[in-house]
Amino acid sequence: MVEFNLPANSRIKGGTTHKAAAGAKNLRSFQVYRYDPDSGENPRVDTYEVDMDECGPMVLDALIKIKNEIDPTVTFRRSCREGICGSCAMNIDGTNTLACTKSCDDVKGDVKIYPLPHLEVIKDLVGDLSNFYAQYASIKPWLVAQSPAPPDGERLQSEEERRLIDGLYECILCACCSTSCPSYWWNSDRYLGPAILLQAYRWLIDSRDEIQGERLDQLEDPFRLYRCHTIMNCTNTCPKSLNPAKAIAEIKKMMVQRQV
Amino acid sequence: MAMSILHRISGVGLAVGLLLLTWWLVAAASGADYFNMVHDIMGSWIGRLILLGFTGSLFFHLCNGIRHLFWDIGYGFELDDMRKTGWIVMVATVVLTLGTFFIGYGGAN
Repeated sequence: MVEFNLPANSRIKGGTTHKAAAGAKNLRSFQVYRYDPDSGENPRVDTYEVDMDECGPMVLDALIKIKNEIDPTVTFRRSCREGICGSCAMNIDGTNTLACTKSCDDVKGDVKIYPLPHLEVIKDLVGDLSNFYAQYASIKPWLVAQSPAPPDGERLQSEEERRLIDGLYECILCACCSTSCPSYWWNSDRYLGPAILLQAYRWLIDSRDEIQGERLDQLEDPFRLYRCHTIMNCTNTCPKSLNPAKAIAEIKKMMVQRQV
Repeated sequence: MAMSILHRISGVGLAVGLLLLTWWLVAAASGADYFNMVHDIMGSWIGRLILLGFTGSLFFHLCNGIRHLFWDIGYGFELDDMRKTGWIVMVATVVLTLGTFFIGYGGAN
C-alpha cells in the first residue's frame, strides 16, 4: 500500500566526502547512496570527487573508478558495460536508467546516484529483484506448443509474424520501468508491472506459441494487468526506448477482442 | 506522471463537486430563504473559487479522459504524441474553464 514516509531505519543521514587528490582540474562530484545492512546504521549519501580527465565518459565508468581507486566498499551490479545486460540499472539524476549508457555530461551539477526506487535494498545500489524475477517466471516466458515441431527443422515464422515481436524482444529486464511505476510501487505484490507485462505480450503475440488463451486467462485479474493506469513513467524511463505502456494497452485490447 | 495524478485528484474534485450541486438543488427544493443563503455562499469570492476549481476539474477530467480513450484503443503511446496531447489537455482545460467563467459571469458583472 501507499507509504508516504520512509520507515525510521530507511531515512537517509549525511555521509562523508572523499576529496580528490590535489592538482586535479576537471572535478565532478558524485553523490552515492550507501547502505550496509550489517552495520545496523541508516543509509547515507557519500560524496566522491572524481577527476574527469582521468575517467571514462559514462556514469558506470565513474562508479568503477570510485570503487577501484577511492572506496572499494561501494557496491553495485554491472557486467556488459554496453547496455545489453541490464545489470547496472539504477536511479541517476532522478531517472531510472543504465549507468553504462548514461553520460556524465548529460547530468547537470552533482551526479546523484540511488538504487532503483521502492525495492528492498540489499546493499548500496543493489536492490532485491527476487519478486521481479518470480513474477517473470509466473508468465511462463518460453514457447509453449502442443503440436509437434516439424521433424526436419525449426518452427518457422513469416517475416510479418517475426516483425510483431520487434520492440519487445529487445527488453533486457533491467527493471527500470517497473520500479518507476507508482502502481508497481504500491501493488508490486499483486501487479506484474510494465517489464513483466511487456514480456507477457511478447509471448502472447508470438505466432509459434499455442497457449494464448491460457496466458490471457492468467492476466485477467484486477491486479496483475489492470493496475496499469497508463501513467506512462515506464515508456518515459526505458533506457532501451521500448514502449511497455503500449504493450500493456495491446494486452488490454486482446482481452476485449477475445470476447467479441 | 503529473497528468495521471491530476486525473485522480480532479476525479475526487468531481465527486465533491457533485455533492455541491446536489446541495444547491436540495436548497432550491427547500424554499427561497435557504436557496438564497446557498446562492450567496456560491456567489461569494470563496464560493466562486470553489466553483472555479470544480469547473477546472470537470474540463481537465473530460479532456484527459478523452486522451485515455485514445490510449484504450491503442493510439498516442509514442513519447512525442504523449507529451503533445498532455499539453493540448492542459491548454484546453484552461481555455474551457476561463471561457465558461467568462460566459457565465460576463453578462452578470
